[in-house]
Amino acid sequence: MTPDDRQIVFEGVSKFYGEVLGVNKVSFSLEPGITSLVGPNGSGKTTLMNLLTGLIKPTQGAIHVLGLTPQQPIEFFRQVGYCTQFDSFPPGTNGYDFIYSPLRLHGFGHGQATRLTNEALERAGMTQVARRKVAGYSKGMRQRIRLAQAIAHHPSVLVLDEPLNGLDPMARSESIALFEAIAKQGMHVIISSHILEEVDRISDRVVLMSSGYVVAEGQIREVRREVRDHPMQILVRCSNAARLAAAAFELDHVVEAKILNDGHGVLVCTRDAEQFYLLLNKIVSGGLVEVDAVAPADDDVNSIYQYLIGSDGGAA
Amino acid sequence: MSAQDLVVRAQRWSKEQPWRLFASQISILVRNEVRRNLRRRIWIYLLALIPALIILAHVILDRNQPRGPAEIENDTQVLAGIVQLYYFRLGVFFACMGIFTWLFRGEMVERTLHYQFLVPVRREVLVVGKFLAGSVVAIALFETAVLACFGLMYSRFGSAGKSYVFDGPGLGQLGSYLLVTALACLGYGAVFLALSMLFKNPIIPGVVIMGWEAIAPIFPAWAQALSVTFYLKNLCPVSLPITGPLAIFTIVAEPVSPFIAVLGLLCLTLAILVLSCFLIHRMEITYTTE
Repeated sequence: MTPDDRQIVFEGVSKFYGEVLGVNKVSFSLEPGITSLVGPNGSGKTTLMNLLTGLIKPTQGAIHVLGLTPQQPIEFFRQVGYCTQFDSFPPGTNGYDFIYSPLRLHGFGHGQATRLTNEALERAGMTQVARRKVAGYSKGMRQRIRLAQAIAHHPSVLVLDEPLNGLDPMARSESIALFEAIAKQGMHVIISSHILEEVDRISDRVVLMSSGYVVAEGQIREVRREVRDHPMQILVRCSNAARLAAAAFELDHVVEAKILNDGHGVLVCTRDAEQFYLLLNKIVSGGLVEVDAVAPADDDVNSIYQYLIGSDGGAA
Repeated sequence: MSAQDLVVRAQRWSKEQPWRLFASQISILVRNEVRRNLRRRIWIYLLALIPALIILAHVILDRNQPRGPAEIENDTQVLAGIVQLYYFRLGVFFACMGIFTWLFRGEMVERTLHYQFLVPVRREVLVVGKFLAGSVVAIALFETAVLACFGLMYSRFGSAGKSYVFDGPGLGQLGSYLLVTALACLGYGAVFLALSMLFKNPIIPGVVIMGWEAIAPIFPAWAQALSVTFYLKNLCPVSLPITGPLAIFTIVAEPVSPFIAVLGLLCLTLAILVLSCFLIHRMEITYTTE
């Protein structure tokens, strides 16, 4: 198997709606695992997902999903499941038929489609209400029935546009557990979300988007390391905070060392985290300071988002 | 057998027997679409059944009128007028506009077309499935309506009517009307399916097509061959004695044999369907611009 057969690859992809930019010159490749698309409204996340699943066509560039393109629909859509953001359903349909009918189009017989439908309903926690009309569902139930449809055929690539919208905390944590379980099986899970805390918790990597451009992509820590304009924040819980702060200040790359209010730790801002960790090792081995915990304080999605995109949504 | 095994087995089956997969997908699409179409669009039922209701009123109100051979001849002309002037020009035309443009454009409006584009179905198969579903609905509706008109028209003549139908030209005429009605549904259906993919609002192009169908007889033979009514008129069993400007609706300037007419209309339908298969590949899901 070549790397491309396991990857999702965007090669110089641009999409224009007339003169309006959707996404521009997007190039990256994704390995299996959970990838989050993060960016403000209108940044191009949904456009990217629609391009990936063939609902729209790129103006330029090419997209390959596990070596396939949407021009090979039979092979492609067996591998891909897409839970869109469109909150609309075929008129008069109930939850069960909503999942069962597409499975029949996949080529499953009645018995097989029934079994897969029941399994998907169970995984999404919708078995009890499956025979009710979708029109009578709450927003969270509609979200979950769409998710059930997207996973029913056991795709290798699951694309989820804002899948946590409208879910209550319990359903949200169940959905996240489901995504993690799917990713653990070696599948691709691509999620767009505004809820950065949850994105941070579950993502193996992020793609940060702003105004149709990919601002950064990769594993969260790698992306954070690349953001050199903003010094890394490292929180050290220790016994002799003043001593550590003084030692840290002697280093050129440390721009700030703030003793915590409780006096039992220091928040260090440094342009070279590796050098700071070396100093910390030296101090600890010298017995000057007893360290309880060391943790990066801003290598999460939220911080990266703030640094690269800013709270106003425009790329910084 | 695990769910994964089921998936692998279905994948293998579709790879080994793609034509069986296509056939099964078309049959599922037809079933789903027919169910959707039959539930909606009451005005199309009215469009199809209005002549039958008028004839029924005529049967009830004129029950004391004379019922001789001259009246049968007269009513045969009336029936020919209903089929040729009402059904072909208005009834089937507008019903097909309603049914076939809604197959894709309606799903765009309802924001549900993406579900059709996210399943492992070739888009050509989707076009064929939807076209067949629309055809089944339109043909079933208008064949029933024509049958009802025919039955009501001749039933009031009692034994004379029965004799006209079973011993005279009646059955042959009925067969022709049913054939022509089915062909009209296929021809107009293909035209409106293609229009719905070319235009966001197919009503204005539909009116243009209606105008073209009316004036096509004044154009050369090759241009007439691009009109649906050209073939239908050649297959009508009763000619209407219309004179003056209205004769343009019934006159056949350069008649062709029934075989050529049927084949010609089927070829025209097929050509338009091929165009639709090409057009659907350009289709994108952009609900916000609808």
